[in-house]
Amino acid sequence: MEDIYAKFVSQKISKTRWRPVPPGSLQTADTFAAGSWDNEENYVSLWSIGDFGNLDSDGGFEGDHQLLCDIRHHGDVMDLQFFDQERIVAASSTGCVTVFLHHPNNQTLSVSQQWTTAHYHTGPGSPSCSSAPCTGVVCSNPEIVTVGEDGRINLFRVDHKEAVRTIDNADSSTLHAVTFLRTPEILTVNSIGQLKIWDFRKQGNEPSQILSLHPNQQHVVATGGQDGMLSIWDVRQGTMPVSLLKAHEAEMWEVHFHPSNPDHLFTCSEDGSLWHWDASTDVPEKSSLFNQGGRNSTFLSHSISNQANVHQSLISSWLSTDPAKDRIEITSLLPSRTLSVNSLDVLGPCLVCGTDSEAIYVTRQLFS
Amino acid sequence: MEELDGEPTVTLIPGVNSKKKQMCFDWGPGEMLVCETSFNKKEKSETEPGCPFIYIIRKDIDVYSQILRKLFNESHGIFVGLQRIEEELTGKSRKAQLVRVSKNYRSVIRACMEEMHQVAIAAKDPVSGRQFSSQVSILSAMELIWNLCEILFIEVAPAGPLLLHLLDWVRLHVCEVDSLLADVLGSENPSKHESFWKLVTILVLQGRLDEARQMLSKEADASPSSAGMCRILGDLMRTMPVLSPGNTQTLTELELKWQHWHEECERHLQDSTFAASPHLESLCKIMLGDEAALLEQKELLNNWYHFLVTRLLYSHPTVKPIDLHLYAQSSLDLFLGGESSPEPLDNILLAAFEFDIHQVIKECSIALSNWWFVAHLTDLLDHCKLLQSHNLYFGSNMREFLLLEYASGLFAHHSLWQLGVDYFDYCPELGRVSLELHIERIPLSTEQKALKVLRICEQRQMTEQVRSICKILAMKAVRNNRLGSALSWSIRAKDAAFATLVSDRFLKDYCERGSFSDLDLIDNLGPAMMLSDRLTFLGKYREFHRFYGEKRLTDAASLLLSLMTSQIAPRSFWVILLIDALPLLEEKEVVFSAEQTYELMRCLEDFASRRPVWREPGVQRLQEDVENTKLEMLRLALARNLGRAIIKEGSLEGS
Repeated sequence: MEDIYAKFVSQKISKTRWRPVPPGSLQTADTFAAGSWDNEENYVSLWSIGDFGNLDSDGGFEGDHQLLCDIRHHGDVMDLQFFDQERIVAASSTGCVTVFLHHPNNQTLSVSQQWTTAHYHTGPGSPSCSSAPCTGVVCSNPEIVTVGEDGRINLFRVDHKEAVRTIDNADSSTLHAVTFLRTPEILTVNSIGQLKIWDFRKQGNEPSQILSLHPNQQHVVATGGQDGMLSIWDVRQGTMPVSLLKAHEAEMWEVHFHPSNPDHLFTCSEDGSLWHWDASTDVPEKSSLFNQGGRNSTFLSHSISNQANVHQSLISSWLSTDPAKDRIEITSLLPSRTLSVNSLDVLGPCLVCGTDSEAIYVTRQLFS
Repeated sequence: MEELDGEPTVTLIPGVNSKKKQMCFDWGPGEMLVCETSFNKKEKSETEPGCPFIYIIRKDIDVYSQILRKLFNESHGIFVGLQRIEEELTGKSRKAQLVRVSKNYRSVIRACMEEMHQVAIAAKDPVSGRQFSSQVSILSAMELIWNLCEILFIEVAPAGPLLLHLLDWVRLHVCEVDSLLADVLGSENPSKHESFWKLVTILVLQGRLDEARQMLSKEADASPSSAGMCRILGDLMRTMPVLSPGNTQTLTELELKWQHWHEECERHLQDSTFAASPHLESLCKIMLGDEAALLEQKELLNNWYHFLVTRLLYSHPTVKPIDLHLYAQSSLDLFLGGESSPEPLDNILLAAFEFDIHQVIKECSIALSNWWFVAHLTDLLDHCKLLQSHNLYFGSNMREFLLLEYASGLFAHHSLWQLGVDYFDYCPELGRVSLELHIERIPLSTEQKALKVLRICEQRQMTEQVRSICKILAMKAVRNNRLGSALSWSIRAKDAAFATLVSDRFLKDYCERGSFSDLDLIDNLGPAMMLSDRLTFLGKYREFHRFYGEKRLTDAASLLLSLMTSQIAPRSFWVILLIDALPLLEEKEVVFSAEQTYELMRCLEDFASRRPVWREPGVQRLQEDVENTKLEMLRLALARNLGRAIIKEGSLEGS
């Protein structure tokens, strides 16, 4: 992998996310947000990767990413999502969810909205104002869904002061991540490794059943496990993962399908490596896990990271079909092993990742 | 141990009236806690309000500098890389690889230095600007020392190339030359520039004779009167014999040629060829290595090691490494001329010239406030097999001692502790023990951080630490009423005792509420159920409920019976289990066989005879009454069931 630029930024990076490009535009990604953790003062920062052929003022490398602006963030940045072109939502270890607004004319970030007690513990032993870390956030304009270590799911709407809907005690253990399946439905994963689907249209506080969907659509979900296992689930087809692949040597922190080339999957892990899984095959009739469906197949592929306890009974017969049949090619993208790679994001041909060695890596030529 | 001369610095604690009140303190791994006590110095009972704060005093503030953090992170990568390739380093390539590692370290220091320099220039208030500038000079000194150590200890340059390396070393650290060169060349009439001769002199002092020659040719063009002299001097410069890297001359050949050249220069001086131009004459004297002439240029030389290298260049170009220290000492003395005393940096460089590595490291440790430099340098030199084992008080060698100190300093930092882990890994004697002690004390504010810490412990098979961390997290979860989390932590730690505790909580909740909370967890325990008896009971009991819900009554019945007879049910739960049998007994079909009914009856009598004695009289009687009623009903149902079962089993298998 050529042309990967590293920059040491004096803070451990917990999340990096590309700013979404306006739909239908030909631009490639040029700005990303990064959040830090484990510092006495944490920051959410915006970086720009500039254009080709630009040398910045002190003769730095062409293509080296530059800091645009940053803002103090109270608590570790546990999760980060772009709400739209100008707004970023950050989830904090103090249980607070903040919406930051970027002002492009003077390059500053400011706090636009904040829900300070989104997540908290209530229990016989916990003090009355004990906060719980908010572990995941996902946005779909105008809604924001957050989950936390208190096992609570919150549904916020921007510009509403209180949560629109809260499901208390949705899970008895920590909820690690959340993603949207379709707009009123979310999928959560918890620390024991269970996926649950919730439907906000329903009134109760129970997860809904797995719904059967339109036959031409596939819901392929990938999860990364505490033991580095990659599981592929087909949400229509029951309660077991479709395949399990032994991948990294330590926790897999993030899994992303490429948004426009769903044959490509990216994973990053505590063992300090970032892998690119390429399942694209040139033989069209070969049926691959990622390629089923007719012309209408939209790949609503989602990535959730975190623990999945692998019980022996879960390794089903699908496991043997994968490597040989689908010919997945795996390449490691980082030049040398570092401390944990905490986060990655892909958009178009660009990839950004952040590590515990306090470095941010960017490449703009993923598919060269 | 050496004694430090100099008074220790006094640090005033703001807000504390140290004249009147006494302070108390406590040491931490890298810091000190200080606060005011209510004891007065003079025994008078004054009740003024004291200072309510506790202060943390840190000696090592470098760890908290934003820019130096990059140094720590990058050098950590280089350090780990070096340890990993250690096994592959053999033979000839070993030296080259070690030199490369050393250059990597140096480039990281330089990058840091440049960034800090930019910040110092851009600083808005003068105090911080000064701080940054002093930091820049410390980094520059570190790089200077490292570079010299690289030349002498790692590269181990022999006589000949040694001088070339030393020349490079000096050139790297005097940067005004290039800007001056650009300045003068860029001006309209270079030879009339006011700094022209200064520039030429510096070029000669640094051995950059080609550039000096170019300058002289400009002078020759400008003033024809001195053209002749310039040409002659230029020729002398051109013909000075130097050892070039690809050259196959031996050292003796070089010496011979150099002697000839030296004599030629002397002849020109004797013949007063350059008498007309004092500048040119002094240049010639410099090229002859005349000490007096060199000392005249003290200002341009700026420091004694520059003087040393220039002196060697023009008087002993084939100096051997072991002779270096003689020249170094005399250069230092001549340069300082008795006016000032040597500074710590000078002593360190002298020690390096004397090839006394231990002295170098000792002096650096005293002079610098942070262990970074000595730890990494010592580690690199250790890989070059240069350090004999130097026994310190607790038996580990110097490299390990320094790495341990450095890593402990990192652990005191809220964020850089992750780097410290790798350093401890490469300390064979005390590293593991130190890591065990430090890693338990990292504050765990989120589960994600806890997972990282646990991963570190599990990779190193530190089972004790894993258990203790999981126990802390499980306890926190229980307090926050997250029973599922608590259970998953105790399963991860394989902590049977805690799993029992959590299961008891679940069962207690069931007793109070009549239904289970968190069914998702209990239903999916899988093999983890075997961790503790109570947990197994919980899982099986839930299974019983499931069977009942699915109307698989015979399965439910046999499960219930096995739960009671296998003794894994806690005493307090027996009554509930027995009561649970009631609906099964009341079913239309006979669910329990005769055998099973006998078993049940036995259990019932067992339970009834061993009922715990209640201590409180009032509540007790009511509860006892309720229980007695239940047991009576049970006895009745059992008797009826027995009857039906006997009849059913006695009759022919009809339907």
